Amino acid sequence: MKRFVYINDDESSQELYCDNRISNRKYTVLNFLPKNLWEQFSRFMNQYFLLIACLQLWSLITPVNPASTWGPLIFIFAVSASKEAWDDYNRYLSDKKANEKHIWVVRQGIRKHIQAQDIHVGNIVWLRENDEVPCDLVLIGTSDTQGLCYVETAALDGETDLKTRVIPSACMGMDFELLHKIKGVIECPNPDKDIRRFDANLRLFPPFIDNDLCPLTIKNTLLQSCYLRNTEWACGVAVYTGNETKLGMSRGIPEPKLTAMDAMIDKLTGAIFVFQIVVVMVLGIAGNVWKDTEARKQWYVLYPIEGPWYELLVIPLRFELLCSIMIPISIKVSLDLVKSLYAKFIDWDSEMIDQDTGIPSHATNTAISEDLGQVEYILTDKTGTLTENRMIFRRCCISGIFYGNESGDALKDVKLLNAVAGSSPDVVRFLTVMAICNTVIPIKSKTGAILYKAQSQDEDALVNAAARLHMVYVNKNANILEIRFNGSVIQYEVLETLEFTSDRKRMSVVVKDCQNGKIVLLSKGADEAILPYAYAGQQTRALVEAVEQYAQLGLRTLCLAWRELKEDEYQEWSLMFKEASSTLVDREWRIAEVCQRLEHDFEVLGVTAIEDRLQDGVPETIETLRKAGINFWMLTGDKQNTAIQIALSCNFISPEPKGQLLLIDGKTEGEVCRSLERVLLTMRITSSEPKDVAFVVDGWALEIALKHYRKAFTELAILSRTAICCRVTPSQKAQLVELLKSCDYRTLAIGDGGNDVRMIQQADIGVGISGREGLQAARAADYSIGKFRFLKRLILVHGRYSYNRTAFLSQYSFYKSLVICFIQIFFSFISGVSGTSLFNSVSLMAYNVFYTSVPVLVSVLDKDLSEGTVMQHPQILVYCQAGRLLNPSTFAGWFGRSLFHAIVVFVITIHAYAFEKSEMEELSMVALSGCIWLQAFVVALETNS
Amino acid sequence: MDTNGATTSSAAGGGSTSTSDSSLLSKKNSKKPQYSRFTQQELPACKPILTPGLVITTFTIIGIIFIPIGLVSLSASEHVVEIVDRYDEGCVPPNYSNDKLAYIQSSRTNKSCTRTLSVPKLMKSPVFIYYELDNFYQNHRRYVKSRSDKQLRSKAYERETKNCDPQAVSLDAPIVPCGLIAWSLFNDTYGFFVKSKMLEVNKKNIAWDSDKEHKFGSDVYPKNFQTGGLIGGAKLNSTTPLSEQEDLIVWMRTAALPTFRKLYGRIEEDLQANEQITVVIQNHYNTYSFGGKKKLVLSTTSWIGGKNDFIGIAYITVGGLCLFLAVNFILLYVIKPRALGDPSYLSWNRSPAGNPN
Repeated sequence: MKRFVYINDDESSQELYCDNRISNRKYTVLNFLPKNLWEQFSRFMNQYFLLIACLQLWSLITPVNPASTWGPLIFIFAVSASKEAWDDYNRYLSDKKANEKHIWVVRQGIRKHIQAQDIHVGNIVWLRENDEVPCDLVLIGTSDTQGLCYVETAALDGETDLKTRVIPSACMGMDFELLHKIKGVIECPNPDKDIRRFDANLRLFPPFIDNDLCPLTIKNTLLQSCYLRNTEWACGVAVYTGNETKLGMSRGIPEPKLTAMDAMIDKLTGAIFVFQIVVVMVLGIAGNVWKDTEARKQWYVLYPIEGPWYELLVIPLRFELLCSIMIPISIKVSLDLVKSLYAKFIDWDSEMIDQDTGIPSHATNTAISEDLGQVEYILTDKTGTLTENRMIFRRCCISGIFYGNESGDALKDVKLLNAVAGSSPDVVRFLTVMAICNTVIPIKSKTGAILYKAQSQDEDALVNAAARLHMVYVNKNANILEIRFNGSVIQYEVLETLEFTSDRKRMSVVVKDCQNGKIVLLSKGADEAILPYAYAGQQTRALVEAVEQYAQLGLRTLCLAWRELKEDEYQEWSLMFKEASSTLVDREWRIAEVCQRLEHDFEVLGVTAIEDRLQDGVPETIETLRKAGINFWMLTGDKQNTAIQIALSCNFISPEPKGQLLLIDGKTEGEVCRSLERVLLTMRITSSEPKDVAFVVDGWALEIALKHYRKAFTELAILSRTAICCRVTPSQKAQLVELLKSCDYRTLAIGDGGNDVRMIQQADIGVGISGREGLQAARAADYSIGKFRFLKRLILVHGRYSYNRTAFLSQYSFYKSLVICFIQIFFSFISGVSGTSLFNSVSLMAYNVFYTSVPVLVSVLDKDLSEGTVMQHPQILVYCQAGRLLNPSTFAGWFGRSLFHAIVVFVITIHAYAFEKSEMEELSMVALSGCIWLQAFVVALETNS
Repeated sequence: MDTNGATTSSAAGGGSTSTSDSSLLSKKNSKKPQYSRFTQQELPACKPILTPGLVITTFTIIGIIFIPIGLVSLSASEHVVEIVDRYDEGCVPPNYSNDKLAYIQSSRTNKSCTRTLSVPKLMKSPVFIYYELDNFYQNHRRYVKSRSDKQLRSKAYERETKNCDPQAVSLDAPIVPCGLIAWSLFNDTYGFFVKSKMLEVNKKNIAWDSDKEHKFGSDVYPKNFQTGGLIGGAKLNSTTPLSEQEDLIVWMRTAALPTFRKLYGRIEEDLQANEQITVVIQNHYNTYSFGGKKKLVLSTTSWIGGKNDFIGIAYITVGGLCLFLAVNFILLYVIKPRALGDPSYLSWNRSPAGNPN
């Protein structure tokens, strides 16, 4: 379970682990053909076509030239194979480029320039500024005297801000020469794909001092594909190489999503297949009977008295081949082609370009556009999806005094400015927490202005607001923070950072005031994560009121708190923390537990309120889509009041008395159960009334409900058109998607941040907003759009058109094949049920390809209604949602139509010639041209523009 | 470089030309797709709205066009004079009527047979002579495939008899022409007499020119034909090339239906009304084993071809149906008109709103 990496040991670990050759290739030159063919033939349709093609090689039974099936079949296979081959070749090229890049590596104590693929585990790798990291490294030295370096992890997680990485304490202070000779062992887990965790230990060998274990975290690593920035050089020990890096392990082909339509088409294909078998059996038996009774009398046919053993099979097999065109080989090609066009139309749409950034919408998954038209549930994130995620500090409440209530902007509130100028101690402490309780990195630009690099938008807003209030966070030099307040510079030493996790819902720093040596714990977090831990006797009512008031306004609140620590208390705790940080199993949980021991008895300083504005057009979009019969669920990590306020302001739920909110809460199983039943009861009663009923549930209650009352909750989910789930974790979001999917609903999940990725991947359709929280969601999603309001166009225009077009195209493909097939079957009744093909191979092929498959492709531009009409009457989407254009009954309609058309063509053809000179070739040409004209007419009639 | 500049300026709309931002701008704009009516799905389209007026007009026009066409075709078909005489039963002597098969297969029976036909109306020259077979499956798969087009076309492919089984080779030599079709060539012959004067039957140019010139070679002579144990139909003159064996060429164009006519020849003089034509038939072809009928047909032609009422009737039916629908629609339109494009008829507006009328 563990790997031991011996640093700079040239012999031992060479063979144990793979080298750094990256290979993303799926095939090699040798196995390409068999592997690719095997993959293609694992699909039922392809197996069917292959079987037909093989049967056609038997000239006794084939009605047509085998080339008419082999040709298209080989074409289709060649196209998909060459597409695969091309992709694989490109992967090979990019691998090769990465593998042959030259990298400085220490070998036998000397730095050498070698190819990236020759790096072995344990090697020391040297990087310069702006180099790409070739494999996963544990940082051991940087040009920075404090052992810091900055990396850009965009390729890994899509986040564009710079992150700091630090060398482990054991390696602190080593000089350049020493780094060449360093020896030691790193104990780390086997390769995994978690890019947020690295629970390892480092032990250096003598003579390199410091014989205890030194814990390593993800902060001590440089991961493959990151870039070194703002640091002259850095060096590290390779721990994972080649395809075993975190990036390499997390690569994987996501399971292809199948649209409801594809499933329906598959089902219909199956039905046609059954029908075909029935036809073949009936005609085969009839043919054999006719042969034995009638054909023996037809002397000119010269049937032998005794046939070979397989004689009984010959006629059924002939009919099988004759009817094989019932399942058109062209349908797959046509559908793939139009689907990629639908995706292109989304990419091209000039009305879905984000005007701010100029980024167009993009369809990553080209195969599921039809599903957009069939969405029934939209599960949406709040922050950054409905809102802009552009945080602005608006109000605050410091020790019971409200600031910013009049003007709506605390930064302009004279009272606050006066308090700042007067250095009121409460306000100063409040501002200090705002300024330094974070993981923000200040960067001085050339002009002298200070830019903040923050991972969270809230922290960014707080630090900037503090700076506006003259508490400027100037510099971070290793562990020393510099703050300028009213002209004086204050320095703090950061002792520990207790990072934010979504479970703890707060973050803290332990700092030492460099002036007076006091150790202080600074915390900020959600109200329920801070207020219960206030010291006994603090009056928190004003704060609770403030939190509620701000939440009513739809503002995001954070409580700021602080506590002075005694020296020995800190020292004692620090040891525990260190131990927890170096555990290998359950480290996160252990740390949380240890943090809990420090974070109590807070002196709560006040509440900040940050505004996150709604995006443009969100209420209209939600209203339109709700009219279209789509149900909305909001899943947010934010608190209940804020979520409800946002929900109200964006038409998510209607205000009283038209709307009604039902709360599901409770801390214990019993409470949740009662609450759930009550809500369910109300829901059942009101379901007949035209009333907007929505339920609200928080993460805790949801956890219990999903675990113990899944059935009741599922029923609730079906009854309720709207729901707000607050305080939910990423995995709960995914669970809710799963729940709705299990009720056979088509779900669309939309979100913008890393916490939405799981939900996006889980849903039938994942839409990512390429927002400010990085590109993680957009990358994982099937569609990425710039703004929430584009969703309306994506669903109502693109989804609907795609659905309509595919519905027509797929059914038409079957229809046109069935027409020809029925004519063949009718003809067999007048040709002694012997399986004669009326049409020759060339006609059949031309009919299937040139006369029918190609012309019908114009339907990709078909619009039944103009975009404006659809937007005005979104209710029309119901037709797509309920699948009214492609289902067994519409298909039966097309089936009947093909039967009728075949009868008409056949009857006219055989009668037009009377009994005079009705020759096969002529008759077949007349029937064929009849069919072609009919097809042209049907396409013209069925396309709407 | 040049093109780059052009796209930048056009995409930026000729607006801001600040030098510092230009590289950034062009980078951003290059991501934007180029505008075209195709990419925006805005290609011009027209969709006629099916207003009552349009529908009624269309139906009326179709009706008005189709009915005269139907009438004209029907009358043309009526003008064709046709004499059909079934002779398979009548040409068997009464003493063989219980065992027709024995009669036709025996080589000793007299196969001659005389039939008398009377001309109902004046038949203008040319009068076409057909033989009609019934219940004869020339379209049977085993039969249809049993030929070799290559062999028929050229002497060089004489041995191409792959598909011809079971009449491919005889005594280890390829049969020319091979296959069941040629083997079962029709071999009844007719002689026509009016008032004991023999009528000339022109058997030239009864086959398609393209067949004679391209599909049947002038250097291919019948060889080894009908020499096997089983004799099928007619024998061929082995000194005449296949391209001149027009009876064979006609026969080899297989019929699509089990009842079919094939051209036998032409009589190139007028036949007067009420004339009696005596036909001397050499009745050799065996249709008795499968109960097929044999008929002799004399027919004139018109511009529509032979006698065929179907097309006329079909046109009249469709035209009549259209007119009928048009009239119904007019009545419906007058009695119960409905406003066009009234949104209250939409399904989601209809149910809760009660009754719009």
